[in-house]
Amino acid sequence: MQTPLARVRHLGAAKEGADHWLWQRITAIMMIPLALWFVGSMWWLVISGASHADLVSWLSGPVAAILMLVFLGAIFFHLKLGLQVVIEDYVHTKWLKWAMLIKLTIGTLLFSAASLYSVIAIALKG
Amino acid sequence: MAQGSRPLSPHLQVYRPQLTSVLSILHRMTGVFLASGAMMMTCWLLTAAAGPEYYAWSQWFLTSWVGYALLAAWSWCLFYHMCNGVRHLFWDVGLGFSLKATYTSGVLMILAATGLMAASWGIGLAAYFAG
Repeated sequence: MQTPLARVRHLGAAKEGADHWLWQRITAIMMIPLALWFVGSMWWLVISGASHADLVSWLSGPVAAILMLVFLGAIFFHLKLGLQVVIEDYVHTKWLKWAMLIKLTIGTLLFSAASLYSVIAIALKG
Repeated sequence: MAQGSRPLSPHLQVYRPQLTSVLSILHRMTGVFLASGAMMMTCWLLTAAAGPEYYAWSQWFLTSWVGYALLAAWSWCLFYHMCNGVRHLFWDVGLGFSLKATYTSGVLMILAATGLMAASWGIGLAAYFAG
């Protein structure tokens, strides 16, 4: 048996997007407590002196390291989804749009890898 | 088809801005600007992982006047984007769509974002100067 919905599914103009929409919301909700925790932690670091040693001792604790990894993951995932829509909405020249979307994907991977690596390196060294 | 020369709707040059449209475009603008904050965060973490002599570069930049201005701007954009994001989450579950509710939540959101900004910098700086 096939419902009428199955016949029209994927035939709309967009063909996709539910996943994009859902992950944008999931990462957004995750980041509400994480961002507040991060801002609080940054103030705490500033107040305790903000030296390199202060940062390393804070980030080498398991709670801070794990929360930072999750926060960074959510940041870069959310950032990629958001900037993708901005590019799709405002860049109308086809080749330029695709070039920018590819650049966004590669850039997001590079920056997220660099920041995740840094947190792990500090956590294991510190 | 001359795509570039055709005017696109909405015609912003004859469009009177309302609270709703201004808050909406600010959500995008703060989001794009926050992406630069994520890039700064990566540089900050990379220099921290590289050692104290490299971390000094991040500290030099972030404690310059440009750095302070950027930190203030990033924190304001973060609180704005977060509060307006919560507003979007309510819309996502179908709440607050009436015109009156949209304006009310817009005003409440600005108050919440301003309050978070004031609380963060107020408490943070007070604790810093109290030693």
